[in-house]
Amino acid sequence: MIQFFKLLFRNQLAALGAMVLGVIVITVLLTPVLPLQDPNVTATSDRFLKPLADGHLLGTDHLGRDMLSRLLHGARLSLGVGISAALMAALIGSAIGIVAGYVGGRIDNIIMRGVDMLMAFPYILLALAIVAALGPGLMNALIAVAAVNIPFFARNIRGVTVGLAGREFIDAARLSGMSHTRIVLTELLPNVLPVIIIAMSTTIGWMILETAGLSFLGLGSQPPQADLGSMLGEARSAMISYPHVSVIPGVMIFLIVMSVNLLGDGLRDALDPRLRSGALSRPRATTLVERQGEVPEATDDLLAIQDLQTQFQVGPRIYRAVGGVSLAVKPGECLGLIGESGSGKSVTALSVMGLVASPPGVITGGAVHFQGTDLVGARYDTLRRMRGDRVAYIFQDPLSTLHPLYRVGDQLAEAILAHHKVGKDEVRKRVIQLFEDVRIPNAASRIDNYPHEMSGGMRQRVGIAMALANDPDVIIADEPTTALDVTVQAQILSLLNDLRRDRGLAVVFITHDFGVVAQLCDRIAVMYAGRIVEEGPTTAVLEHPSHPYTKRLIACVPELGGGRRKLAAIRGLPPVIDDLPPGCAFAPRCERAQEDCKKGEVPLESTGPRAVRCLYPEEELRKVKEATA
Amino acid sequence: MGSYIARRLVLAIPVLVGITVIVFLIMSLIPGDPATAILGSYATPENVAKINRDLGLDKPLVERYFTWLFNMLQGDFGRSYSLNRPVIDEVLERFNATLILAGISFVLCSVLGILAGVVSAARQYGWADKAITFTVLIGISVPSFFLGMMMILFFAVNLRWLPVSGMYAIYGGGDLWDLVKHLVMPALALSAVATGVIARLSRSAMLEVLRQDYIRTARAKGVPERRVIMSHALRAAMVSIIPVLGIQAGFVLSGSVYIEIVFQWPGAGRMLVDAILSRDLLLVQGGVVFIAACYVLFNILVDVAQSLLDPRIKT
Repeated sequence: MIQFFKLLFRNQLAALGAMVLGVIVITVLLTPVLPLQDPNVTATSDRFLKPLADGHLLGTDHLGRDMLSRLLHGARLSLGVGISAALMAALIGSAIGIVAGYVGGRIDNIIMRGVDMLMAFPYILLALAIVAALGPGLMNALIAVAAVNIPFFARNIRGVTVGLAGREFIDAARLSGMSHTRIVLTELLPNVLPVIIIAMSTTIGWMILETAGLSFLGLGSQPPQADLGSMLGEARSAMISYPHVSVIPGVMIFLIVMSVNLLGDGLRDALDPRLRSGALSRPRATTLVERQGEVPEATDDLLAIQDLQTQFQVGPRIYRAVGGVSLAVKPGECLGLIGESGSGKSVTALSVMGLVASPPGVITGGAVHFQGTDLVGARYDTLRRMRGDRVAYIFQDPLSTLHPLYRVGDQLAEAILAHHKVGKDEVRKRVIQLFEDVRIPNAASRIDNYPHEMSGGMRQRVGIAMALANDPDVIIADEPTTALDVTVQAQILSLLNDLRRDRGLAVVFITHDFGVVAQLCDRIAVMYAGRIVEEGPTTAVLEHPSHPYTKRLIACVPELGGGRRKLAAIRGLPPVIDDLPPGCAFAPRCERAQEDCKKGEVPLESTGPRAVRCLYPEEELRKVKEATA
Repeated sequence: MGSYIARRLVLAIPVLVGITVIVFLIMSLIPGDPATAILGSYATPENVAKINRDLGLDKPLVERYFTWLFNMLQGDFGRSYSLNRPVIDEVLERFNATLILAGISFVLCSVLGILAGVVSAARQYGWADKAITFTVLIGISVPSFFLGMMMILFFAVNLRWLPVSGMYAIYGGGDLWDLVKHLVMPALALSAVATGVIARLSRSAMLEVLRQDYIRTARAKGVPERRVIMSHALRAAMVSIIPVLGIQAGFVLSGSVYIEIVFQWPGAGRMLVDAILSRDLLLVQGGVVFIAACYVLFNILVDVAQSLLDPRIKT
């Protein structure tokens, strides 16, 4: 609860709203005991006195009545009526919604059809019809406004209730023999309440406005009694000569409604967990770079990632997703980057072209050199020109990575048009050619499909075709086959392999699947907790793993035709990367770990083409080298 | 597409019938004797009996409903007591004026609101975002009728830029330019709240969409950022913006009642308020049903627009 108020008032606007509203509410509550003049006593000799006149702080209206007194009494009435209407609508609407959602079936159906019909009216028509039937008057206006808002509550609360009614704890309560009334009151209501409060906080301002509006039209409070709306309505005829009589109640309505809205927004933000995490911030066009320390010198590799460090800064926490990774590929080479989920493979890959979502991602160190150009420090425009043209990506799960509302052919054409000025027919020809290259049957008709009309395998091919569109030098493939079944996977892998050989492109292949690695990659690098723990030629690493983690990882893979053997799962979980222990990150899960593994930095030691980050490796690389020599 | 529209139209029939039932039931809630309510101090027994006979109030409720419904289907909405002319003539004439005002306001709030929301999201936490958020906050908190009154004071009375009220100048007006001059203030005042609501929603819809994987894909292709926002993100965000446009159209139509009063606009909203104050129930009944029906049909248009935008909706 304290947490909640902290959250609410950290939002300065909400605090401001609460303050203004608080002052108004307290003043209005005290109005009957304040030394004010009678709001309804007329004095025709004192008509239309300007504000600050003797004895009338805010002047007088067309009948010489004291404006200050009328304003406070009017505000009291408006607030009272608005809040009562909101409570009434919330109470009745929520009750209908809960019953409909909990009972379900035909009753739900009938109620919701009725609600839909009421919602088919522009709200004021219904309110006007009700006032027309009951006759003008403040109470009738209140009823009308409340009635008009009931469907809104009923529909919202019903939606939430339906979701809750199917959950296990409701079933459990039912099985334990609780009565329906008790389930609704003790199990459902506490869970629905926050939603009711949010709905109320967003509509209460409206209801104050609506009741004031009906009074403004002369359908609400009747003279001499006046709320803010009818004050404004009466003042209208003299507005041009005596504007203060209109401005004063108008500003009051504005202040009330604005403070209610501010507080309501704050309340909603504090109650909505998704907003709490700050997840709703927009990723920038490129990842934020705040480089500390030296920028490494360029090498003669095609693409060289050098001592790259990428962090996620979420509130006070810093997650070091990539903690100093160095990798390089040459033309025509395929490098496999392997590791468990969360080991930092994807973040490494996305850092290359500045595609890590930021906020919260920040590149804090290292460099990525592509043909000698440092991409990490590069300007947005330089980076954009290279994206998709020189370095292209293939992403996992093409259903979410393809735009759902554009035809796949158009999405492919866009990849070409972003870098080349090409005529319409020429683009179409090239798109069809690319579709044929990735072996999509009926390419000419398939280009008009939307992503949801294609199978997973076909969508993945579209993703590959998109990466190939500009004949790039490097393709970074982030688990492109994970979502596919094995036969499709095999087709896609051999396709990628052919393309690599035909076009001489370099591939960085990210996966957690050793089978895929063995089939495709020349070299592999194994990542754990944001760092490379082992690197080397594929066969050498697979046959003689040196790092205990690599060995255990390989032992997890079942072998076809290898007979039954015990699959050795790695006990424990990967470490949380906002709080890495000193020393080797794998030490807590490692069977070979010694005391000194947990002290100090373990360096990545390289011997010939291989490298390992371990004090007590499974096999000494020097020995392996001698044995194979 | 044609069959989709036809299906939606057929599905609208029960809703339209429901609307007539609801309006009829509300109107029959009237406490006491409607004839007395209409006649007021002229309520002699003969007059009351005559009114009851004229309005068919001596018949049972269900029969009265069906008579009213079938007459309406033939275009006969009854006769207005206060104006002594057929309800449908009055409603059509007045609704025409409302349609001009509300239509322009709807276009205004859609365009301005979406634009403001997109700029706000694209410049999140920048000065443009803060300025827009602040303006929107004021916009959604000012009662439209008060805003209208202040506009009259400032632009018409003090600056004398625009006419104070009405739809056309009484002398020498009547052309399009005259109409536009009279429209500026009421249209702006009417669209203020809806603009704010749409801007807010567009901002959050854009922020939601900009975090999606397909936006990252567009960026990875090297699509320029402006195009990422204006085409990839906005198009996807429109899927959640369009339904709100439909709801806001209802609010604009509702708000026109106040604006028509403030600016003396000869529209249907003002007609309804006058009808209520003079207890002209048939006019209220007919006007409400007619406007609500138009709104239902408008919402079908919104759904059609949605299905054109989103290929995943089965048509």
